[in-house]
Amino acid sequence: MIVEAGHFALVLALCVAFVQGVLPIVGAARGNAAWMAVAPQAAIAQWLLVAVAFLALMHAYVTSDFSVLNVVLNSHTDKPLLYKISGVWGNHEGSMLLWVLILSLFGAAVALFGGNLPAAFRARVLSVHAWLAIGFYLFILLTSNPFERMLPPAENGQDLNPLLQDPGLAFHPPMLYLGYVGFSMAFSFAVAALIEGRVDASWARWVRPWTLLAWCCLTAGIALGSWWAYYELGWGGWWYWDPVENASFMPWLAGTALLHSATMVEKRDTLKGWTVFLAIVAFSLSLLGTFLVRSGVLTSVHAFATDPARGVFILLLLVFVIGGSLALFAWRGPTLRNTGLFQPISREGAMLLNNLAMMTGAAAVLLGTLYPLFLDAVGGAKVSVGPPFFNATFVPLMIPMIAAMAVGPLLAWKRGDLAAAMKRLWVAAAAAAMVALFIWQMQGDGAIFGALGIGLATWLLVGVLVEWGERIRLFRAPAGEAIGRLVRTPRASLGMTFAHAGLAIAIAGIAASTAWKVESIQTMKPGDTVDVAGYAYTFQGARRADGPNYTAVRGTFTVRKDDRPFATLEPEKRIYAVRSQPTTEAAIRTTFLGDLYAVIGDPEGTEGAFVTRIYFNPLVAWIWAGAMLMAAGGLLSLSDRRYRVGLAAGRRRDAPADASPTRA
Amino acid sequence: MSAAVSFPMKRFLFLLPLALFLVIAGYFAMGLTRDPRVLPSVLINTPVPEFALPSIQGRDRGFASTDLQGGVALVNVFGSWCVACRVEHGFLMQLKQRGEIPIHGIDWREPDREAGPRWLAKYGDPYALIGDDPESRGVIAFGVTGAPETFLVDRQGVIRHKHVGPLTPEVWDRTLKPLIAELRKQ
Repeated sequence: MIVEAGHFALVLALCVAFVQGVLPIVGAARGNAAWMAVAPQAAIAQWLLVAVAFLALMHAYVTSDFSVLNVVLNSHTDKPLLYKISGVWGNHEGSMLLWVLILSLFGAAVALFGGNLPAAFRARVLSVHAWLAIGFYLFILLTSNPFERMLPPAENGQDLNPLLQDPGLAFHPPMLYLGYVGFSMAFSFAVAALIEGRVDASWARWVRPWTLLAWCCLTAGIALGSWWAYYELGWGGWWYWDPVENASFMPWLAGTALLHSATMVEKRDTLKGWTVFLAIVAFSLSLLGTFLVRSGVLTSVHAFATDPARGVFILLLLVFVIGGSLALFAWRGPTLRNTGLFQPISREGAMLLNNLAMMTGAAAVLLGTLYPLFLDAVGGAKVSVGPPFFNATFVPLMIPMIAAMAVGPLLAWKRGDLAAAMKRLWVAAAAAAMVALFIWQMQGDGAIFGALGIGLATWLLVGVLVEWGERIRLFRAPAGEAIGRLVRTPRASLGMTFAHAGLAIAIAGIAASTAWKVESIQTMKPGDTVDVAGYAYTFQGARRADGPNYTAVRGTFTVRKDDRPFATLEPEKRIYAVRSQPTTEAAIRTTFLGDLYAVIGDPEGTEGAFVTRIYFNPLVAWIWAGAMLMAAGGLLSLSDRRYRVGLAAGRRRDAPADASPTRA
Repeated sequence: MSAAVSFPMKRFLFLLPLALFLVIAGYFAMGLTRDPRVLPSVLINTPVPEFALPSIQGRDRGFASTDLQGGVALVNVFGSWCVACRVEHGFLMQLKQRGEIPIHGIDWREPDREAGPRWLAKYGDPYALIGDDPESRGVIAFGVTGAPETFLVDRQGVIRHKHVGPLTPEVWDRTLKPLIAELRKQ
């Protein structure tokens, strides 16, 4: 009964979405306030209904209701409660339900907290948002119904893919979806603005918090996903340029570009068409990510669904959403007028450089991800594009952008003074050169790229600190004044300092872990010792260590450094009973300068020997620390008071822009 | 009109993303026609390799390649451990009751001798002949990649069609039924 109630709630949500998709937007066109007022209530109703549907499915999982096909295919009575719950979104149907739950959550958030938006604009935004929801409700109800019954019921389930039975992955999809789906809000704002025909400073100020929220979640989600790949896949790597990783990375690049260009619309009344375009692209890439993962067009480790019928539906959805919005953009976009002019050397110029690098990078990743598909479609061979392509295209694009990132915030709006900015950055240049030279000397030959990478990270970090010091007049004004300035610094600019510093730290981690990773694969008998990066690992043997739904072998390594005990590492190799699928659980000890990382493989011979893989990954934890700092910077910026106070609402012009001449 | 004329370049720039997207969508549409799961089976249109499987508990004869001579038949790979087999089982029972075509079963990789017969006793037995295949001998002869899989074999014992995944009424109506009618005419 509860399951049918959930199914019915989802059908009702679809009906409510139809009402929300039609009445408010027609009301906005006719100036009918009562029709417009339907939008917020409908958005909240949708959210409540989807929440009922989601909880119904979760109930079926928690109580192990094996009359539900979805539960049979993805759960098991022996599974720990956490994974019964995360199993809800660990499969295609349930993850789509999570998708619409978050979509409706954002709609409800605009209904509840969007009080500073003009009524007609909010009505249009929520109507556009409802049409996105309609597409996804239909997709779930027609092709991916998680509430399908199986009669007679099964005795037990098939269990969740063991790779997904992990705390990191339990929280990774909701985080990632908050990011993906969060861009739907920027999309709805962009389309509503195109319908109204006006984009101005207040529009940018409304879009920015929603984009920031999505961006923070996506940043954290990608970091969590890469952390999971790092410790669960057992190869010591943290990024594989897998299609699913790329699918989350492309919207991140577009979203980062959007954050910066929205600032320019807000402060300088320029790049409006481009900003609207980025808002459409960020969400389109999120949708494309869904398509790539779920249609079976590209399959990979993560893909939970391969079904052409779904693929056709998603393709239609993509054409409707992306094609429709881009057509609207082609029609209304040219009427947007930019008034702010600027020189190439200016803060706008630096942000434009950021935008170009981000979008070219996203295009390179898109090309690398889709190229195998294109080749297959024209009858060529089945190929896969590997990390070398991405490293050769993406990395060189990012280097000039990161170099310019230290300079940009020091330039003035409109027309900047490059010489003056460089003069203030001499500390950063000196620090970067010193650090790079020092590391190059320490590590000897062969690691010049690592040294340059760390140098670049130092340049950016010191540059960010210089800009921050300038802002609060550190060392130039009396301490009291500096503290006063620090306290009064707008949180948005403090957020930028955090985010840029976070990127610098992440780059250092990426450069070091790529350049100086140490890997050692060998067979070890109990008592054998192997030396990896100055740490002596002694294998103490392996024993059985079974869990609730798996059998496991747990190896023990004692690690000594400089002949003193340093750590004990206990990696496991698990075999999950129901699917008889093995997983590795790497043992990791994180230190400031690097991770000790041990994996146990298959037994070898009869003397208790095992294949073991031991890695030293320098500075690898800095990558995730940096990403968390970036997300924290985003949240800090989100709490800036200018987004909370509806300052902008009153300043909005009342005449629609499409009534004014479009000639410049 | 005048706006469009004074900004032909601008119009073009704003149209560019749409054009690019339509090209990508076109490729997606082409990509969708290529199902990554359709593995070209080298065995299609070749005779079933020789095999002879013992009977399962409670039956007096097994299933061998010689049983496939003389009539069009389906060969279905199943196992009591396979949940997707449960999904198609009801439809196989219908096919049997309607007397559409003889269905032979290969009972694959049972954990013990009782598991298969117990499963059939519980959900019904649609099979004419069943071979027990704990060591995957018969399954290898057919080039099976997973359960359930269903093969259509003509009266000369030549494999004519392979279906991967649960057999559904749609697959039956759209693919198998016409193909069977055609094979019976020959």
